[in-house]
Parts: sequence; structure tokens; C-alpha cells
Amino acid sequence: MTIDPRNARPSAAFPPNVIAEIQRAADQGIYEIRGLGTKRRLPSFDDLLLLGASISRYPLEGYREKCDTDVVLGTRFAAKPLELKIPVTIAGMSFGSLSAAAKESIGRACTAVGTSSTTGDGGMTEEERRASKLLVYQVLPSRYGLNPRDLRRADAIEVVIGQGAKPGGGGMLLGQKISPRVAKMRTLPEGIDQRSACRHPDWTGPDDLTIKIQELREITDWQKPIYVKVGASRPFFDTQLAVKAGADVIVVDGMQGGTGATQDVFIEHVGIPTLPALRQAVDALVDLDMHRKVQLIISGGIRSGADVAKALAMGADAVSIGSAALMALGCNRPVHVADYEALGTAPGHCHHCHTGRCPVGVTTQDPVLEKRLDPEQGARWLRNYLSVMTLEAQTIARACGKTHVLNLEPEDLVATTIEAAAMAGVPLAGTNWVPGRDLR
Amino acid sequence: MQTVDLSAEDVRALNGRLHALPADTNERAWRVVNPRGAHAVAVGLTQPLDIVVEGHVGYYCAGMNEAASVVVRGHCGWGVAENMMSGTVRVTGNASQSAGASGHGGLLVIEGDAGHRCGISMKGIDIVVGGSIGAFSAFMAQAGNLVVCGDAGENLGDSLYEADIYVRGAVTSLGADCVEKEMTVADREKVAALLARAGIAADAAGFRRYGSARQLYNFHVDHADSY
Ligand code: SF4
Repeated sequence: MTIDPRNARPSAAFPPNVIAEIQRAADQGIYEIRGLGTKRRLPSFDDLLLLGASISRYPLEGYREKCDTDVVLGTRFAAKPLELKIPVTIAGMSFGSLSAAAKESIGRACTAVGTSSTTGDGGMTEEERRASKLLVYQVLPSRYGLNPRDLRRADAIEVVIGQGAKPGGGGMLLGQKISPRVAKMRTLPEGIDQRSACRHPDWTGPDDLTIKIQELREITDWQKPIYVKVGASRPFFDTQLAVKAGADVIVVDGMQGGTGATQDVFIEHVGIPTLPALRQAVDALVDLDMHRKVQLIISGGIRSGADVAKALAMGADAVSIGSAALMALGCNRPVHVADYEALGTAPGHCHHCHTGRCPVGVTTQDPVLEKRLDPEQGARWLRNYLSVMTLEAQTIARACGKTHVLNLEPEDLVATTIEAAAMAGVPLAGTNWVPGRDLR
Repeated sequence: MQTVDLSAEDVRALNGRLHALPADTNERAWRVVNPRGAHAVAVGLTQPLDIVVEGHVGYYCAGMNEAASVVVRGHCGWGVAENMMSGTVRVTGNASQSAGASGHGGLLVIEGDAGHRCGISMKGIDIVVGGSIGAFSAFMAQAGNLVVCGDAGENLGDSLYEADIYVRGAVTSLGADCVEKEMTVADREKVAALLARAGIAADAAGFRRYGSARQLYNFHVDHADSY
């Protein structure tokens, strides 16, 4: 019997993957939890293009004329701002979610290229402090492992309000990853499914945040830059409130940002993309006359030097990467294919960080799997990748005639789609039209 | 005894002086007068200093305290002794919300009442309250002991982990996954010792114990009505 194509019409509302998810939910009775970020197609930096030099502007010679990449973060109040050699930093990812080898690789790579890495929901490990010259210490709602000694030996402090994969959600670490060491660091029973708080225990709202920042500054004697990180949902207001609360640096994480474990419905349906989030945050700073006085870090789906150049042109001071850094360390590399298959997936498609069975040793607490990532090799990979991103951003900046990557500006950008033009606030290519400009 | 007058100097000057003390300092006794509701008074201390604050303070007094003894002769705003690691903090009056939030160690004594979320997210701290506590106290409490001589408000111990809660008076309601547990001889001895350390005269025999039912430790669809 052959299938009649007229009877095999796919449904737009119920394609095979939707049917499969309905049946999975019926079967398992629990929502899907997974790692990494959104998989939906969103307007992104891919929809922007840079305008190279022409008759009216002249370019710089590649490899000869210098194009600087250094960035200073935390110049507003902190006595010791962070001086980075490149405008790419590593986002907060916890030991627990990541293996110790992955954390160490990140720390070593960042030290080698002169940038910062960030702790995560679970505190600071000795290994990462040793490996990282510049380490940002997160103060999260859970407060796992938070202590004043680590606060004082950090190079900057990041008060985390939310993250792009789940604005409004708390951390999650499933039992498979609550090893004895992770449990001890977080004061939790081993093997439980940890659901962290989504609100800070001792403050609510912008006025309290002002006092919380004052306390953190007092404890650290006004030495350390204080960042405030938000998941992108209302970045204009969040940025303005964070500035008012006294932040030195604002970190905005768009919805393409990844996670170690979160409900799929959260990852795919809550928050706004990185592109409009960045524009709204820049608008907020310009509105307050604080652009470049309070620094802005953007994250969420940054993958290449082109993304870096576009983000800086839109007004960011630096970018932060998480998922891409893990990929440099081997995430989704086509090795140990049978182990991907055991998770029901394949290299290139894996988002199984939540299982603790990471085939490449990046997001696991299993001693056997963890050995698959050699920190020295991992550091070399990530160092190479960060250098390539920086070289790419410099290449673009030189082509646009800039002696510093921070001299890139919105006038260097156009968009290839109406959506991206509206979200980024730059003209549609070949026109002077910025959709929605008068409506903002 | 050093005296700092917060009507003449600001909190930055106070904390700066306290942080600058060398480890072997003899200047261990400090008196802070005219706090007038200031925030972040005596935060981030790392040495066994004896600090007495004469009057009411704002948010986060003695935040992240290590080793020091801080006495507030008055009332406190939010988050007194938040994330305390060790030492002792005593409030002779009442404390507002989130007293002892996420405290990892040490002893917090509140002689009066404490507001909502007392002991929220506590991670090993011992808290003794002479009066009553507000709603959602010990929310997501992970470790340590909360001893309450008066009453407890709604949703006590919601979603808590392995902290122990002891209440002498009435409990308005228990939060998700919090249940009454047997008060053993060991529990009575523990409560008696904590009351003695806190200097609060109360009979340990009159307390009831509350802890985690551990039903929410792992996801299960049949617990969906508790999530
Ligand atoms: S390869 Fe490892 S890090 Fe990458 S998605 Fe899979 S489990 Fe996560």
C-alpha cells in the first residue's frame, strides 16, 4: 500500500516534533528540562551588516595600523576597575553545572588572553580562583556558598537578578549532578533535584537593591566594580533602575543565552532576543547620559567576531559568552558518538547538560566523563577561539576605519530585515528607514 | 573602648576603621552612637571585635559577619546579620524582614519579634527569637536551627531542606513540605543549649519541632499540586 501524498499533508499546528512532545509529556508527566539556549529562529546579529569604508571614510591597514581592543569595566565608583585586553568575557557558569576541568580551562584561557571569567550558582572553587587572573563573583538569589572571603578575593561582584534563558526563574540542578562536593558547597543533601530561589532573600525592588549594593560596597571597601545582571525582558527600565541603584556595570542577557538546566517552555517562550535587548539598554543609558560611564555587557547567542563587532557598534562595551565557550571546549564535538546516542541525541543536536552525562566532559560531575576534558587542552582551545573572535572584530573595525573596536558605532550598521532594523534601531539596508524610530 | 558617633562620621568611615584594624589589635571594644537608622552598619567584619550599637539601625546591620560580636540596643531594619558566617549578633529590640537571611553560621539572637522571612535560605546559622516571627520564615532553609519562643506566622518552613525549626507558641500554618516532627531528647537538649547561649529564659520542654517531609526533594508529577 502506498501513501497518498494528499493524505500525508503536514500540519502547521501539529508537526511531528509537537506531536512527539505531547506524547512525551503524556508519558512522563513532567515538563521537558534541558540545557543550552533557545532553538527558535530569532532576529539576531546575523540580520545586521557592517558598512566598510568607502570614498567618504578610509580603512586601516590590516596587520599594520593598530586597532585596540582593551576595555575598562567599572569606572563609575570602584577604586579598582577591571582592565580587560579584549572585549569578550566569559559568563557566569557554576561549578556543579560545569565540571571542575571545564572551569579550570575557562580560567586559564581567560588569564592567557587577558579577560575575565565568572563564578556561578554554587560559589567559587579554589581551582577557578587559582586559574583566573580576573574573576567576577556572582551574588545570586540562592546564595549557595556565598561568603565574604570570596567576595573580597573576587575582582568584581555581579548581583544576578536573572538570566536570558529564564528571566524570572531560579537555578536548577538535577540530582545526577549533586555530587558530594557540589552538595557540600551548596549545603544541600546529595542527589536531590535542586531548585534555587528566583528572588533574593533579603531585598525586593529597586530601592532595596540600592541598599544591597551599598552593603556590598561597604564590605569590600568600595574597591570592586559591582555589576548588575538581568535577563532581557524589560531592559530599558531594568537598565535605568540598575544605574539608579548604583551599579558600575550592567549585564543584559538576551533570550538566546544558555542554561545548565531549565524548563524548555521557559527557554523558548520567556524573554526577548539579544538584539532588541541591547538596543533598549543602550537607549536607557543614553537617556540618562550614562552611556560609556556605566559600562554595558551584552550576552546571549554571541558566536563570532562579527557578532562582537556588531554588538559594540550598537553600543555595548563588551560581550559575554557562555554556550559558545563550552562549544570551544568540545560541547557537541563529534566524538564519543555512542554516548550522545545513549542520551537519545547526536553531536550537533545535544542539549543534555542537565543529565550530567555530558559525552565530552564539559557539563558533568562524573569522574570518568570529566577526564575527557584535559584542562590544558581545553584552555588552549578556548584561548584560540577568544583570539580568533578578537581578530575578527578587529578586522571588521579596521575595515570601518576604527583605531579601537569601541569606536564602531550604529552608523556603521544596516539591517537585512525589517524586524532586525526595528529591533536594532538601524536602517534597513539600502534605505534610510528605521522602522519604529518615532515610536520609541 | 573606641566610640564612633554616626551623627559626626558616616558609615563608610566606621566600616573603614573597623576593616583597617590589624589582626592583633587591642582596640576590640567599639561603641557606635547615633546610628539613626543607617544602613550597612558594622558589615563585613572579620575579627573578634565587640561592637555595641546604641540605637536603631537600617538594613543589613552586621551583614556577612565573621567572628565579631555585634549588639544592637534598639530595632533593626531588613536583613540583620544576612549571610553571617560566625560570631554573635544580638538585637535587643525587634528585627524587620529577612533576619539572618542565608546565614551560614554563628548565632543571631533577637530578643523581641522578627518580621517576615526570618531565617530565609539559612545555611547553618542558629537563630533564637525571644518573641514571635512573621510569615514565610525559614523559607527554603537548608541547615541550622531556628528557635522561636513566641508564635510563627503563615507558611512556616515552606520548601525547606534540612534546617530544624522549634516553636513554643502557635504556628499559623506550615508551608509546602514542612511537617511537625517528633521532639526527641536530643532536640530538647539542643534547644536548651541554644536558649542558654542566647541568654533567654524559656523551658525547652515547651517547644515543638518542625522539619522537611522531604517530599519535594525530587520532581514527581504526583506532587504537582505542591509546586
Ligand atoms: S555536549 Fe555536553 S555541554 Fe554540550 S550540550 Fe551536550 S551535555 Fe551539554
